[in-house]
Amino acid sequence: MAVCIAVIAKENYPLYIRSVPVQNELKFHYTVHTSLDVVEEKISAVGKAMADQRELYLGLLYPTEDYKVYPSHMIIVYYTPVCMFFILIENILLYRHTRYGYVTNSKVKFVIVADSSNTSLRDNEIRSMFRKLHNSFTDVMCNPFYNPGDTIQSKAFDSMVSAMMVQAS
Amino acid sequence: MESLTLTDVEQKYYSDLFVYCDTDNTKKVASNGKVLDLFRAAQLPSEVVLQITELCGATRLGHFGRSQFYIALKLIAVAQSGLPLRVESLNSVKDLPLPRFVVAKNEQEARHTAMYPDLENQGPYQGVIPRPPGRGQVKKVSPDTTSPVVSPHQSPPTSPHAWRKHKRQASGGNVERPPVVVAGAVWTPFREAQSGPVVVGDGMWSAHSPPPVQESWVSLKDTYPPSSSKMIISICYFPLNVSLGSNEIQRQSSSGYDDPWKITDEQRQYYINQFKTIQPDLNGFIPGSAAKEFFTKSKLPILELSHIWELSDFDKDGALTLDEFCAAFHLVVARKNGYDLPEKLPESLMPKLIDLDDSAEVPDQAPDVGYSGSPVEVTPNKSPMPSLNQTWPDLNQGNEQWETFSERSSSSQTLTQFDSNIAPADPDTAIVHPVPIRMTPSKIHMQEMELKRTGSDHTHPTSPLMAKPPELSEETKLATSMKFVTANSGKCQGMFHYHKELRTIAVCRSNSGTSPEGLKVAAAPPPPPPRPNASHSRSSSLDMNRNFAAHPTGPQQSGVVACPPAIPPRPLPTQTSGPHSGHRSDEGLAAHSTTSPQQIPEQPNFADFSQFQAFAASDQPSDDGEKHPESLPVSQTYSIIQNLFYQLCSVIRKETETAKGSIMAPPPKPVRRRLKSEDELQDEALPPKSNVIATVLATLPSIPRSVGKDKKAIQASIRRNKETNTVLARLNSELQQQLKDLLEERISLEVQLEQLRPFSHL
Repeated sequence: MAVCIAVIAKENYPLYIRSVPVQNELKFHYTVHTSLDVVEEKISAVGKAMADQRELYLGLLYPTEDYKVYPSHMIIVYYTPVCMFFILIENILLYRHTRYGYVTNSKVKFVIVADSSNTSLRDNEIRSMFRKLHNSFTDVMCNPFYNPGDTIQSKAFDSMVSAMMVQAS
Repeated sequence: MESLTLTDVEQKYYSDLFVYCDTDNTKKVASNGKVLDLFRAAQLPSEVVLQITELCGATRLGHFGRSQFYIALKLIAVAQSGLPLRVESLNSVKDLPLPRFVVAKNEQEARHTAMYPDLENQGPYQGVIPRPPGRGQVKKVSPDTTSPVVSPHQSPPTSPHAWRKHKRQASGGNVERPPVVVAGAVWTPFREAQSGPVVVGDGMWSAHSPPPVQESWVSLKDTYPPSSSKMIISICYFPLNVSLGSNEIQRQSSSGYDDPWKITDEQRQYYINQFKTIQPDLNGFIPGSAAKEFFTKSKLPILELSHIWELSDFDKDGALTLDEFCAAFHLVVARKNGYDLPEKLPESLMPKLIDLDDSAEVPDQAPDVGYSGSPVEVTPNKSPMPSLNQTWPDLNQGNEQWETFSERSSSSQTLTQFDSNIAPADPDTAIVHPVPIRMTPSKIHMQEMELKRTGSDHTHPTSPLMAKPPELSEETKLATSMKFVTANSGKCQGMFHYHKELRTIAVCRSNSGTSPEGLKVAAAPPPPPPRPNASHSRSSSLDMNRNFAAHPTGPQQSGVVACPPAIPPRPLPTQTSGPHSGHRSDEGLAAHSTTSPQQIPEQPNFADFSQFQAFAASDQPSDDGEKHPESLPVSQTYSIIQNLFYQLCSVIRKETETAKGSIMAPPPKPVRRRLKSEDELQDEALPPKSNVIATVLATLPSIPRSVGKDKKAIQASIRRNKETNTVLARLNSELQQQLKDLLEERISLEVQLEQLRPFSHL
């Protein structure tokens, strides 16, 4: 169900973004970016330091958001000696994407954008996904060759994320 | 010339060779130069070569066109197979192996030059191979014939190199010419076709004189995929590469992909020396930063180093132990030589606690062996894991924990705790075997680890593990999917606890980097609930509560739950089977026959159980209809025995209240032993139980209620109760043992289930 998974650094730049329907990647980037605002809001709302991992999980960021996906289909091509008309018909598909956030103690944020059109993911599943993400992220951090702030290029991390997205869809 | 039909492989192969020879890119190759060298490299007598050139029409044309070249190559293959050279044989011979060209060592080249005096091209090949610069460590390796990485003689390193250059470069043997395929081509096929071609190649070449190294190298050609020409490997590390590869090929001829990753002794010794330069203590760690510096010297791209680190830092602790370091170093060397990095750490590189092949680790083995001995003394009970970890602090922590578990388990297995409560004096009891008290979790862990080890095919320090008693064999399936967890193993507080641990094992972060089983990562596992409440979710039956109303039944009433794993509900045989099995278990326990309720009847040794037996007999008919599941309701028997205990204890207590004697009732036990499967008890089981209770009560008829009435009688009753007590205690422990066994079975089954269940979610 996860269609996009993003890891955002403390300074709010992305360390890792991956989405499954690749053609809409930019839109997912946008979605993740907007959800950062919500994350920040939640973080600041909590106030003092939270040590409990439970609180790292921010839960649903937006109740649901109607997200419009516009694949454009070229259905009719008119060719006249004079000019060509391309008629594009946009199919507006409405996906409801649910965003979930998770913040680590070091203010690294994980955002999962999930497609709620399928069976909605249970909260526990999302939590476990975040936990796995967190663990893989820690593994990446442990690697001395990884400089914090670089984009994450670890194959293990990639495979874990792919597994999560593939399973979901 | 007639048309030539080539298989795809042949087609590709020939076209590559043609391209190689076609230096001028004119689509035709002169009959001198590389073509001749190539043909000579085929190790055919010169007259055969001449014949071939003639047959293919090159002599007619004066040069080798593409078709002539192909025909010539095919004829070479024919000749190499020993078939007569005929034009007809071109197409008629099926399954002709690809023509092989000898990879000549330096000496061999010299020999070739001697053999073929018109060879002027071979000479330059010698000594052309540059020595690897850069890494000091690597540098040290290559020129030194005794270095671990280089094969025993230096020539093999050069041979494939030379061969490739032979193929690809101008006769000047220029290194500068981009060795397009050079390392890559050979390496990829090498990598891909480890076993088969090696074996085949070896076999095919047996007729020829080239040394085995070269044979193995040459055989690579059979699987020469032209696409591999894309790979460009730094020529600088080539000799290192070659020697490494040849070493490995030589050493492992048949087994498969993992073999090239096996570290030879010389290499390992070299790695160990390098480890010492960074960290003199062989049992210590190399911190990540130091390792980073070290491996950066190898001039591999950071991304690859990062990947190597991921592969080799097995326990993900940011530091490298000796084993991890060797694995990392090995991967670096392999990578420099052109091997692609594997996606997963190869088996032979997985850090092992004890590498039996490695002399350098022999000193490590001693402590291990010492360990297997020492745990016997160590009281198994309390947190074996932590104690073990302390004792093995220096070894690779993560892995050691595995090992430690295995060691531990062996120790816990060998250990038998004698229940001090059991008075062996009872002459009637036939069972005098010591009853291990140690709780399961350590065993479980141990076995899991062991299974993980055996599952991952390690050469394990076998002795302690192999000594495992067979009863634990059922858990061998456990570890294969369970990645081990270290944290919770320390909490071995009770059998029921194993449930939690099972979950946490499944749930906690695995040590290995990849956990395809999709382990769920849990938050810190909940602390073990207090014993009385810690048994499973099966709450005590209300009837039981009713029965023990007078008894402190607090714990019973809390229907607690320690996150029990989902267990298929046992078709519960009635409680009557409980006493049966309970009884049976007394003597059946040793035999671990847990299923047949019919074995019950012989309780002749237990005088105290006579009343129960009467009941058992009476209940027997009702029992007959029941089929016990194979995995017996130890829980039931357990609950039964617990019930008995409670009853007895309540009775005893009542009497002790009245009488003056002090009975060593086992108060903690009944309280502790939660009725595990109470909820499985069916109501019909209870009345018999209450009957039993009544019987027990009835059998103590002669106990005078008034204090001081008849001291002797009281004391006699006290004595009797004591005996009953001890008997029940023994029974209890035996049942506990049974329960443990069944729980272990359950664990294994659950693990299997987990393995089989498709991962539908994360």
